[in-house]
Amino acid sequence: MSRISQRFKQLEEKSRVALIPFVTAGDPGPEVTVPLMHAMVEAGADIIELGVPFSDPMADGPVIQRASERALEHGVSLHDVLAMVSQFRESDADTPVVLMGYLNPVEVMGYETFALAAQNAGVDGLLTVDLPPEEADDLLAAIKPKDIDPIFLLAPTSSDERMQRICDAASGFVYYVSVKGITGSSHMAIGEVAAKTAQIRKHTALPVGVGFGINSAEKAQAVAQVGDAVIVGSVLVKRMEELSDRPDEIAPAIAQILTAMRQAIDLV
Amino acid sequence: MPTEKPIDFTSMPDSRGHFGPYGGLFVSETLMEPLDELRVAYEKYMQDETFLAELDADLANYVGRPSPVYHAERLSRENGGAQIYLKREDLNHTGAHKVNNTIGQALLAKRMGKQRIIAETGAGQHGVATATVAARLGLECVVYMGEVDIARQEANVYRMKLLGAKVESVSSGSKTLKDALNEAMRDWVTNVDNTFYIIGTVAGPHPYPAMVRDFQAIIGREAREQMQRQTGALPDALVACVGGGSNAIGLFYPFLNDETVKIYGVEAAGDGLDTGRHAAPLCAGTPGVLHGNRTYLMEDANGQIIETHSISAGLDYPGVGPEHAWLKDIGRANYVAATDDEALAAFHTLTRVEGIIPALESSHAIAYALKLAREMDQGQTILVNLSGRGDKDMHTVAALDGLKI
Repeated sequence: MSRISQRFKQLEEKSRVALIPFVTAGDPGPEVTVPLMHAMVEAGADIIELGVPFSDPMADGPVIQRASERALEHGVSLHDVLAMVSQFRESDADTPVVLMGYLNPVEVMGYETFALAAQNAGVDGLLTVDLPPEEADDLLAAIKPKDIDPIFLLAPTSSDERMQRICDAASGFVYYVSVKGITGSSHMAIGEVAAKTAQIRKHTALPVGVGFGINSAEKAQAVAQVGDAVIVGSVLVKRMEELSDRPDEIAPAIAQILTAMRQAIDLV
Repeated sequence: MPTEKPIDFTSMPDSRGHFGPYGGLFVSETLMEPLDELRVAYEKYMQDETFLAELDADLANYVGRPSPVYHAERLSRENGGAQIYLKREDLNHTGAHKVNNTIGQALLAKRMGKQRIIAETGAGQHGVATATVAARLGLECVVYMGEVDIARQEANVYRMKLLGAKVESVSSGSKTLKDALNEAMRDWVTNVDNTFYIIGTVAGPHPYPAMVRDFQAIIGREAREQMQRQTGALPDALVACVGGGSNAIGLFYPFLNDETVKIYGVEAAGDGLDTGRHAAPLCAGTPGVLHGNRTYLMEDANGQIIETHSISAGLDYPGVGPEHAWLKDIGRANYVAATDDEALAAFHTLTRVEGIIPALESSHAIAYALKLAREMDQGQTILVNLSGRGDKDMHTVAALDGLKI
């Protein structure tokens, strides 16, 4: 059983909804990331989503775009991101790490090379936002034997037929994009999220995570009532941007936001 | 179509948009259903007699098609070698080939009931062509354009505004065409219910590369007949500039199965291919995935897209249409490059010798055609796609002469 599946099993036993923070690796500088990952775990993160910086983040709003740009100014590559995961694993063998990004850095590294390097580093899942299952056969063939879960997005526009296809290709969990739009959008409608997560559950027994547009403890709590995982990104990355010239303050500030979300979620 | 040939070069893409290993559909999940809806509409209307009749009428009466093929006799004589013919897409309404595609996609948008049109633009030609058809059909229009391109294509920015379009300045990344495309995609994913995204080139996710090609292939269909009428034969060579590659594929496509016709796509070599400051992914790039398709890209060893350089905003793009990537790999077309300086020299030559001021994009094709012609016999012919006129480039060229206009 993959580390992600184990984690969801543990959470289910405790009737606890997962909190999954997203940060971009290397933002605002490479030295920030690993200590931040540990701080997030301490503040109640169950799984960590680590953004792989990309020059053309088409599905991201301005907040995460700028995080990518800051990381790329330091030359942070996929190799560097894998090294960060290795370093994190030196003192945390349990918290699953999902890499989230775009296909091209993985494509250029080569699927097999990536899969082996990611397994060695201790990566547990891969979410490439611009890779639908229709184009994913070769990548799946490379990562699945290495126990790396392919995480796929489901969208408000996904038909039942597509939901089925995506759920069939996915493992670990599926990720419901709660808005039509880019990361950091603010117009999430909780009623629609409830309806869609229920619809998704007809297609899979996998846990359903919900993300995009969850920017407060209140929204996190609302989402926790319908999803198995609450995924938060832009609200954290925005705070990191505000503190980018005071990197020492980043970990405690992010921990503070996550602690509040954790408490709100655990009330459910 | 001859069936005894080993390869039917016009048979691509497959049902999921693949040109060999290239093309495909690489977008986030939210866009998968809208792209499928677009594919279904496009396949339906390309078989619909009423739609095609309306398209033909618009191309004839609004765009001014067919565009002429002109034998540049004096240019050919002074240059020496092969006879150079120009397919005059610069004479189209709005001054470039771009309108062939925007007319088609806007009619499709109307059929699909979309009230809002968005587009990306580099040189501004596609933006103007989109704003033009949106004005005519009474559709809301937003054009995304990089900050850098806005500065070097002021005249086109003003034209778009006059036409009622909103021009959104894009300040992320390299602030050029690729970033405008990213931003247009972000708009589309957010407003997908009422919005039609008119992509201006043969890149992007399926069905765009095939659809834009099909709308642009009128160039090659006309030219094929015109050349036979004027010279009694097919041309010996075709030359067109390649940024994303829409004017080039429009010319090439109807000739792909004519084995005697050599095909040359001319990329922007900028300061020179060896300087790294260029926009020539087919000549000097590697395969990767960007903007919804797999193709040759300008990228670094870590898969990050690198900034391109060209004097011509319309060629300043790090990717290229996937069909060109396929044609390169199978050897049906040759891809070469012309530098900024070579393009500028060709710009001046064509202007002075033939009284035709070409766009800087098209000047790259002229530059290579002049070189190629000198290696060929006087009795041979080269057909160059003169994809646009140079009015929009006046201030760029004047600035090099130290003038501000």
